[in-house]
Amino acid sequence: MSETTVSTNGWKPNPRAARRRSADHLATAFGMVMAGILVLVLASILWTLLSRGLAGLSAAAIMKPMGPPGSSSGLANAIVGSLIQTFLALLMATPLGLGCGIYLSEYGAKTNRFASCVRFVSDVLMSVPSILVGLFVYQVMVAPFGHFSALAGSVALAILAVPIIVRTTEDMLRLVPTSMREAGAALGATRWRVTLSLCLRSAKTGVLTGILLALARVSGETAPLLFTSLGNQNWSFSLNRPMASLPVTIYQYAGASYEDWVQLAWAGALLVTMGVLAINIAVRVSARRG
Amino acid sequence: MTLATATQPTEARDKAGVSHSGSRRSGPDTAFHLLVAASALLVLVVLGGLVVLMGVGGSQAFRTFGLGFAFRNVWNPVADQYGAWAPLFGTIVSTLIGVIIALPLAFGTAFWLTAMAPPRIAAIVGTAVQLLAAVPSIIFGMWGFFTIVPFMARTVQPFLTHHFKHVPGIRFIIHGAPFGTGLMTAGLVLAVMIAPFMTAVMRDVFAAMPNMLRESAYGLGATRWDVMWKVVVPWSRSGMIGAIVLGMGRALGETMAVTFVIGNVTAVGWSLFAPRSTVASLIALQFPESPAGSLRLSSLLALGFILMLLSFASLALARMLRGDTK
Repeated sequence: MSETTVSTNGWKPNPRAARRRSADHLATAFGMVMAGILVLVLASILWTLLSRGLAGLSAAAIMKPMGPPGSSSGLANAIVGSLIQTFLALLMATPLGLGCGIYLSEYGAKTNRFASCVRFVSDVLMSVPSILVGLFVYQVMVAPFGHFSALAGSVALAILAVPIIVRTTEDMLRLVPTSMREAGAALGATRWRVTLSLCLRSAKTGVLTGILLALARVSGETAPLLFTSLGNQNWSFSLNRPMASLPVTIYQYAGASYEDWVQLAWAGALLVTMGVLAINIAVRVSARRG
Repeated sequence: MTLATATQPTEARDKAGVSHSGSRRSGPDTAFHLLVAASALLVLVVLGGLVVLMGVGGSQAFRTFGLGFAFRNVWNPVADQYGAWAPLFGTIVSTLIGVIIALPLAFGTAFWLTAMAPPRIAAIVGTAVQLLAAVPSIIFGMWGFFTIVPFMARTVQPFLTHHFKHVPGIRFIIHGAPFGTGLMTAGLVLAVMIAPFMTAVMRDVFAAMPNMLRESAYGLGATRWDVMWKVVVPWSRSGMIGAIVLGMGRALGETMAVTFVIGNVTAVGWSLFAPRSTVASLIALQFPESPAGSLRLSSLLALGFILMLLSFASLALARMLRGDTK
């Protein structure tokens, strides 16, 4: 105690310390204000979405198909169309993504030029603007056949989903300890057995997370569907014909000047957001448990 | 998500040389190897096809207008004259505005979350921000269209015109009728869209720093800001730059959030409040009405090719700045 009194005896206010302290106060205020603004803005988005979406959401909105303005129409065919296309996209993307991820982690050593190339390309695909994927699929699957199709839309969504699945599969398989592979090999299991029954099984949760994240990402995409599945006012279950989807319908309805269409657009936006958020929350909860 | 963490075991295993000793390959093993290699090849082919088709589709435009296509300031479907300068200008300026606004928001929020917020609140806000990074972009577009556009048209623009109409320099930037749409609105919506994403990445980067460094700095008498600015930021510089460039990449190619609020006029000018267009919004709006085989379609594909190069360049930049040679 006596030491501190000695040192405070000759104490003078230090201008540098004062400057540092005021800089700290300033930065603290800056951080708080910025966080406050961001939280407020995001809350305002959610609030707008909830208040306007709930107003438009009704049993009719979910049960009835799209129709002309003024008639009590709904979004049923768009919802079903979205479900079909996303599901189909996932069906195509999952085996491809898993295969590619397995290749990169089990056969793609750092010295393997082909594997590093694929890894890089997959990263590029992950950041490609989604509208360009739509253009690409238009040229490959719409222009040659002369008509838009739900299948083309699913392929476009699948191309967006694949890199996410590849990335998580590779990361998760790499987390499986080498000793596990060695143990499998020592028991006489062939390499594909080791990969599928040991590595993939122990990385199951992580790989599933990747697939779910891809689903969440894909289910809100609008741009790649504009030129591929186009949208449809009527019920259609044919993969060979244009099919409605929720995001494209939102896009068409939100800009319209009919009040009931705008309301339906908000209801659709609420549905899409809730779906995407529900998937993300499910992923989080399962990750915490696992 | 696990991008940063998962690379360490790789190196360890590559050194041990275990996973790639392909000595005992039986029939099914070879088949399995071929199968997964084929799916890897398919991914390669898809991107290759994307680049090639975009280039081939745009070749007619490049042949007609030359490489100067990128800098021609004309987009006139009636006269069949096209140039990429107006949409490119819109894309670059709106992206810059978005990043400039989002950066302090993301940095400040990440600073608050990692250094100041009570742990429980930080956990809630952090999770909320991460969740919002996953919200589809069309939602941000709608929100901008119904909230920001009227606000700009009724409040911000009349205010600016009234007070700064005669100030040289600023006059040109705020010039224009109060439509509410334009580069500034698009930049704002983009900023709100990429800010949660950048915050989430920055928070992860800041939190990844060993606590020992932080505690040592505090022990030497550093203030919170000293620790942030002189220890955390230098330590995580590459990660922060990665976050910024990734946010930029998302803003560059964003279609739906921008199409709603940009106003869609292919023009170039100083005003940040006049309607403009971006590459992605122009493609989204004009592609459906362009007949197959026309010069207009080819010009749109050429625009897509240029956008592809831009997004590719931003990714390459992110990797280069990160010093990540993987």
